[in-house]
Amino acid sequence: MTNAGEKLCPAPDTVISKGEVRKKPETGKAVSIPARRILYDEETEKKVRRRHIRAGRLIVGAVLFGGWELLVRAGLLDSYYWSCPSAILKTTWQQLTTGTLWGDILYTSGATILGFLTGTFFGALLGLSFWWSKSYAGISEPYLIILNALPKLALGPVLVILFGIGFPSKVILAFLMTVITTALYAYSGVKSVDPAMETLMYSLGAKRRQVFAKVVVPWSLPWIISSLRVNIALALAGAIVGEFIASEHGVGRMVIYAGTILDINLVWVGVFVLSILSMVMYGGVVLLEKFLSKHLSNIHS
Amino acid sequence: MNGKGKVEVTDICKTYRKDDMNVTSLSHVYLSVEEGRFVSIIGPSGCGKSTLFNIMAGLLLPTSGEVTADGKSIIGRAGYVGYMLQKDMLLPWRTIEDNIILGLEIRGVPKKEALARALPMMEKYGLKGFEKHHPEELSGGMRQRAALLRTLLYDRDIILLDEPFGALDAQTRLSMQNWLLEIWQDFGKTVLFVTHDIDEAIYLSDDIYVFSARPGSVRARITVPIPRPRTTEDMTSPKFMELKHELIGLLYDKNSGVQQSSREERRMRA
Repeated sequence: MTNAGEKLCPAPDTVISKGEVRKKPETGKAVSIPARRILYDEETEKKVRRRHIRAGRLIVGAVLFGGWELLVRAGLLDSYYWSCPSAILKTTWQQLTTGTLWGDILYTSGATILGFLTGTFFGALLGLSFWWSKSYAGISEPYLIILNALPKLALGPVLVILFGIGFPSKVILAFLMTVITTALYAYSGVKSVDPAMETLMYSLGAKRRQVFAKVVVPWSLPWIISSLRVNIALALAGAIVGEFIASEHGVGRMVIYAGTILDINLVWVGVFVLSILSMVMYGGVVLLEKFLSKHLSNIHS
Repeated sequence: MNGKGKVEVTDICKTYRKDDMNVTSLSHVYLSVEEGRFVSIIGPSGCGKSTLFNIMAGLLLPTSGEVTADGKSIIGRAGYVGYMLQKDMLLPWRTIEDNIILGLEIRGVPKKEALARALPMMEKYGLKGFEKHHPEELSGGMRQRAALLRTLLYDRDIILLDEPFGALDAQTRLSMQNWLLEIWQDFGKTVLFVTHDIDEAIYLSDDIYVFSARPGSVRARITVPIPRPRTTEDMTSPKFMELKHELIGLLYDKNSGVQQSSREERRMRA
């Protein structure tokens, strides 16, 4: 609407009053430059578009959930399999107030975060260590690639036998999910270090460990940081599958349990709780990423 | 032969294998640089100038020959001379001041003390106000200044500069040359300077070594007869032109016979 109004009325007066006046060199007459107006339009356009996107997102969500609810109520979807948003909300509330849902959430996120942190840390150490010896790196690389291709989740039953059905087996599965990817990320960071930068360090009389600490580690940090986003999702998957196989607690166990007693509402509760958990942890990682990138310049000496 | 100059390069050869072939990049190179002189090396690309610098900086071992500084061998001894590479190689995650003190930091000088030494230099040599900036915020000329100050602060009597102004535009280059001369006069270092640019070599140097194409060897040593302090006016003086003419002749002379005989002659002298 504003766009249309401005097209009709270019309003040169307001432009002139803002001091946007240039003299045409040949004639010496004052000419208004419409550049500002165009800029203004762009900004408005952006604002309008942003508003549209936000509204559109809300509408899509409302249609999805509203439609789901309506279809179930109208009997077009079988509520036995599909449950419905209102029932899911109700069950969630019950689980939160009287059930063990809070404890389960804590259990699953605890295993995920522990596995994520240790996996990322040791993966980064492993990847960075390849800088020290080309032969060591060359020998390890194919095994690293094989380990990366190996579906670690399939190892779940073995881990449960090895480490029991308690908390540790979930953490270890989450750890295994993240450690190799991080190592590969860190290793590609190490491989990309500018050799001239190493030459510079040696020309200043640096020892190898100084080159490592002052050049290789800070250089590879962005690679390691970029592995964080992938890792958090992988760690969560590891923890959930660990709980699927055998567990006494956790959201994953809740889903499996609900499935075996055919409590479909509860399965859906688990699915939603897990997606929210996943989103929250992803958000946390994005914040962590921002924090690390901002303080990257201070990570030295 | 040894002991006379500050830096003596004696009969350096460097051969390496590439694709199952022996490639000779330096063949019987002799240099003698007296203390406090500004010496340039010019030559066609691929004449092994950077290889020679890497050998002198102790980063590369020669196939044969000797390099001495102050009468002692510095073969394989990294860190004895200050070395500035072609690219500025400032660490992008460090601020300019933290980059400049890198050499001191590696030697174990406490950060406070290193900064106390660096800051007056930054102020005097045109980097005031950039201390807390990161390298990507600086222009090419400023980055080269920072890189050179890093080399200077490393505090070695001998400094190797490998085409430090190669990537700069002509105007920045000229102001950087004057800046470098100012620093050289203030500090009295012995400087070895590699360049492609004949004007630059004449304008800056006391002596110029002309290298032949691969395998690199010294074709001639020329002393620049223009008195100091020099100004940009000197760049158009007849003496300058004459010398430039001579250097162009030496650089682009394809007559291998002349090259051969001069090499023989030099070897006889050595």
